[in-house]
Amino acid sequence: MIYNLPFYAVIIIIAIGLYVIAFKRNLIKIAMGITIIQSGVNLFLITLGYRKDGLAPIYTHLPSQTSIPEGMVLPVPQALTLTSIVIGVAVLALILSFIMALYREYGTLDTYKMRRLKE
Amino acid sequence: MIETLVTHAPILIIAAPLLVAFILPLIDKVSKKGRNILVLCAVVFTLVLVIILYQDVIENGMRIYTLGGENAHVALPSGYHVPVRITLVIDALSIFMVLISSLISFVGLLYSFAHVKGEGTGKFYTLFLLMLVGMLGMEMTGDLFNLFVFLEILSISSAALISFYIRKGQPIEASIKFIIISSLAALFVLFATGLLYGEYNLLNMGALANEINSQTGGLTLLSQLAFILLLASFALKAGSAPMHMWLPDSYGEAPGAISMFLVAGTQASLYALLRVCFTIYNTAIDASIIGGLLIILGLVSIFIGVTMALIQIDIKRLIGYAAVAEVGYIFLAVGVGFFELAQGELSAYGLKALQGGIFHIFNDVLDIGLLFLVTGAVIYMTKETNLNKLGGLARSMKYSSFFFLIGLVAVAGLPPLNGFASKILIYEAIYKVSPLLSIIAILASIFMLAIFVKIFYSVFMGPKLSSLSDISEAPKLMLASMAILSGIMIFFGLFPGYIVDNLVTPAVNALVDNFTYITTIMGGI
Repeated sequence: MIYNLPFYAVIIIIAIGLYVIAFKRNLIKIAMGITIIQSGVNLFLITLGYRKDGLAPIYTHLPSQTSIPEGMVLPVPQALTLTSIVIGVAVLALILSFIMALYREYGTLDTYKMRRLKE
Repeated sequence: MIETLVTHAPILIIAAPLLVAFILPLIDKVSKKGRNILVLCAVVFTLVLVIILYQDVIENGMRIYTLGGENAHVALPSGYHVPVRITLVIDALSIFMVLISSLISFVGLLYSFAHVKGEGTGKFYTLFLLMLVGMLGMEMTGDLFNLFVFLEILSISSAALISFYIRKGQPIEASIKFIIISSLAALFVLFATGLLYGEYNLLNMGALANEINSQTGGLTLLSQLAFILLLASFALKAGSAPMHMWLPDSYGEAPGAISMFLVAGTQASLYALLRVCFTIYNTAIDASIIGGLLIILGLVSIFIGVTMALIQIDIKRLIGYAAVAEVGYIFLAVGVGFFELAQGELSAYGLKALQGGIFHIFNDVLDIGLLFLVTGAVIYMTKETNLNKLGGLARSMKYSSFFFLIGLVAVAGLPPLNGFASKILIYEAIYKVSPLLSIIAILASIFMLAIFVKIFYSVFMGPKLSSLSDISEAPKLMLASMAILSGIMIFFGLFPGYIVDNLVTPAVNALVDNFTYITTIMGGI
């Protein structure tokens, strides 16, 4: 039961992020919402990769008595998470620079007041 | 020599534009002309490799390229085999999509040479090549996680390109909408990838398909959830109806050639959708329900696209809504095909629907792309996007108006152009499912004709406006790129049988036959 706790946390975090994106009007908060969902997905991937009593697949760091591949984990989820964090930073930087440029042109961050496209 | 080239073509197709994209800013500091030549070389090199690889794939069947090893499989001491290495899988469907993307990139590049001027042009080409890499990667990868990575490369570079010209802020508004929606979609793709990894410990699409299709007693809840997430995210990125709101904005605000390139980008997402539906899940999921869902999405897209296009006064937004309707046709055809797949053996008209749908992917890019190029030229010359303030341009822009007329006839699905060839296949096939569907599809085409005749009349016909008296013809390179597209369209329209037999049917067979895909990847294990 206690082992399922991270999965509940993932669901809650993603739900909070979706709520923020759907109901907040400030663009900075929407950017935060995207980041929150990113963290939720990353937490999900890391939790998937957890194996009880698993060993990190680094040969030089193994405890002395273990036979070689026994108990080593395949580090795919960790690799996925690292890649996803890097991509997340790129997306966040792009969104924030768009927000800056938009503020310079419109003088507001309220999405309800950005309607030049609809005119 | 040529054999080595073909063997390594898959990775070279991705690596060449990627490498050039990152050395471009350096060359840009030295020589502007050198930079242009280098970009052109990269794109032409990719196109040539794609054509060589295309011939090979059609003759010898699927090709798998494994990065960092002879074979994708790693055998554990316990005898457990699993494909863990990163693979590029090129079957007839992927090479068909890759051909579209690289062709469109070539045409778009020629157009951009004339269109994009001034400061920061070097960055434009860097982003352009990255966008090409994203598309090609999505269409060739054999692994779900790399699909996500390339999807993000495509989204980030497209978002930056949409607002390449800031103007009064509208392009940034379109961009921010685009990037928020695409990163949300991409995150859900990643979440679904995680779900599938948790379920099957696999990321390779062929191996996943093997596990999913050999499962007895139905799919687990988590795999169904993953399917729904993937379907929704890729349908959103492909611009199907209830999730289409970002599409007219970004098409409308992007610079000329990029609007066309974005159409090819949405088709890459559509390809990912097809892969998920037909290859990974196939009949493991309840194909009749999902097929019905795709048909409904298609109908709604056609309806919303056509009705919203009627009331637009901004010329590029109008074409953007028409693009939504065109995507609807593809969804309709693919939905019918998937629906038919549920009855076990694929019937003749299910096959015909898929042929129409796959053929329409190519035609959609060509038709809508040509219209975007012509309107891009009009906007470039007149600096005006409002339909009510344009008029009489046929007097000063003869060739452009002729190309617009070709695009108009094709997009409305009139013979003898390519739009007719694929739409008649779709009408015929969906008539068998329900006559009502094909009535709606034909009616929407008639509406489309009305809409585009309206634009043609108000932009090109009529007396010369005094405000537009000093307009001249578009630059030669722009006309050349339009001429290439029109040439291909006329060729497709005149010899549809040849194209369907040689280009479309292999792709459809590769799409339907997921057994070959799985066995080739699993390699006799």
